[in-house]
Amino acid sequence: MKKETRNVTRKVLLVLAMAIAAMLAFAACANNEPDTHSHTQTTDVSAVTSSTVNHPPLNVANWGLFIYEPVLQMFEAEYGIEVIYSTYSTNEELYTMIARGGAEFDVIVPSDYMVERMINEGLLVPLNWDNIPNADYIFPRFKGLAFDPNNLYSVPYKWGTFGIVYNTTKVDQVVDSWSILWDEAFAGEIFLYDSSRCTMGAVQRMLGFSMNSRDHGELNQVRDALMQLGPNVRAFLADQIIDNMIGGEGALATVYNGCAMWITYYNPDHNYVVPQEGSQLWFNSMVIPASTRNQANAEKFINFMNRPDIAYLNTRYTRYSTTNIGAFERIPEDWQNCPIYWPCDETLARGEVFVDLGDFRADFELAWTQILLASN
Amino acid sequence: MRRLFTYPYIVWLAIFVIAPLLLVFFYAFSGTDADGYTYFTFQNINKFFEGIIEGQPFFQRIYVRVATRSLRMALQTTVICFLLGYPLAHILASKGFRDKPILLFLFIMPMWMNFLVRTYGWMTILERNGIMNNLLRRMNLPTIDILFTDSAVLLGMVYNFLPFMVLPIYTALTKMDKRIIEAAQDLGASPRSVFLRVVFPLSMPGVVSGITMVFMPAAATFIIPNLLGGGQFFLLGNLVEQQFLLVGNWHFGSAVAVVMIVLMLVSTFILSRFDRQTEASEGGMRL
Repeated sequence: MKKETRNVTRKVLLVLAMAIAAMLAFAACANNEPDTHSHTQTTDVSAVTSSTVNHPPLNVANWGLFIYEPVLQMFEAEYGIEVIYSTYSTNEELYTMIARGGAEFDVIVPSDYMVERMINEGLLVPLNWDNIPNADYIFPRFKGLAFDPNNLYSVPYKWGTFGIVYNTTKVDQVVDSWSILWDEAFAGEIFLYDSSRCTMGAVQRMLGFSMNSRDHGELNQVRDALMQLGPNVRAFLADQIIDNMIGGEGALATVYNGCAMWITYYNPDHNYVVPQEGSQLWFNSMVIPASTRNQANAEKFINFMNRPDIAYLNTRYTRYSTTNIGAFERIPEDWQNCPIYWPCDETLARGEVFVDLGDFRADFELAWTQILLASN
Repeated sequence: MRRLFTYPYIVWLAIFVIAPLLLVFFYAFSGTDADGYTYFTFQNINKFFEGIIEGQPFFQRIYVRVATRSLRMALQTTVICFLLGYPLAHILASKGFRDKPILLFLFIMPMWMNFLVRTYGWMTILERNGIMNNLLRRMNLPTIDILFTDSAVLLGMVYNFLPFMVLPIYTALTKMDKRIIEAAQDLGASPRSVFLRVVFPLSMPGVVSGITMVFMPAAATFIIPNLLGGGQFFLLGNLVEQQFLLVGNWHFGSAVAVVMIVLMLVSTFILSRFDRQTEASEGGMRL
């Protein structure tokens, strides 16, 4: 009898163990699954490609919510090249995929400091600009940025600022400094962006430091300030901040200007401010990893994405600012004049672009761990 | 012939279980010097237990705190799951319900949905202006604000792991020889002592596997605390992710993974000892 019970228990255990394994596998895939919606049916492609050479599919990786996906089908239809589109949520996730091998991407969209790191580590190929004539549409001021001073590797795709979005029905004070986050009136009312560099960078600026400082004394001051912020912080979230602010779940949040575009549109009680002390100025650029198997097709894709009508669709849908003159001319005037979408020169002058921290990264993340441990 | 069929499994195990494990251990006990040479070292494991500030009391050291927090949440989850799960399994296995498999089916069915989706569901329910608070407001009751706190994390963990506690106990209870219970009753045992001295000890194997099935995933999870705790619950899983993805220190990340493996092995060992003891006492009772 006993043996029987144990056998059955063991079987149940086995099945449950398999279930857990499957569960974990699902969870692990959830982030990285290539988005199947972006594929056109194979029949569509073959109809176009019948007369042309059979191209290998193009592997594109981009941030989540950072493209108007139908443009991928438009590219497939026009060039007869199938696009396999996947998304990632942090630069570091992308770096691991590229640097540790395994993933073979043809086009990726890292941020400023990650472009710099990838160039330094020889992970990118120089672009053949003859294949990307639409790069002429890029605003001259987005060319030759510090992370790629000679414009050899990268084509800027989106850019923006980082600041505070606040609910005007809950905040009476003038919001113009990062220090408002420490106001005791906002206990449990603040969402912070769940990224060590964004959030600690804001505090670095508040305390008058550079966001790219590698000074331990400065880092400790930033850490201590954030550790005292605990009672005000409701949660550290990423894009979920958008839903939470629209739903009136908090008074203030630190966000990218693109997030603020969504929030202020769906809940007009909100305002977005880039604090006086300055903040992050970011650029996400299209680059081609050295592992590409078809650089010419990758350049065709980048060129296509810089065609004014395509760039317009992308910026209009994602609400993130375009780098493309042709796209900017197409967007409605209320966006052109909107300080969230198109920050004025004075705001930009206060911005600072991230530089890769190198070996200081471990200490930086350690400080972040201490902050998270203290906040609860 | 039968042997032949086992080879694919052996190959599978070797490639996807043994090899990665060996790699994790290799990274955990090695370091890379400035010239790119790999050397053997215990420094990664030491770093975990020593933390960063010298002379701190053991339980205040940063990574030890991460570990104790993970274990504490796993323990709380397991205790609550047991307190809720045992009576539930008992009810499901009792005479009135035994012939109604539909109830068990309804209990298992939510597990068919991806647990991320279910956990997101809880966020919608628990928000300040969420479903629950809207209901409470409509009934003029005070609202509850627990999203992004440890209560919400515990709720999410218990909700997700409860079936893993109930099912093994339920199986143990239904497979129990009813004649033993009848014998106890015939010999004049009160319902209370029938349960405490016969039913409960006989269900121990189910309880032990239930505890194992809940405690281990609860100690390793970081997705539920991330979602319902609002990114404020930094657990062992988060530490591994941070070291691999953000810092790029695979040696220390692997060392943390090895510490987790050892913690799991130790708790399995303790539980299996427990299991064996109850089996021994069962044997004695049967004589």
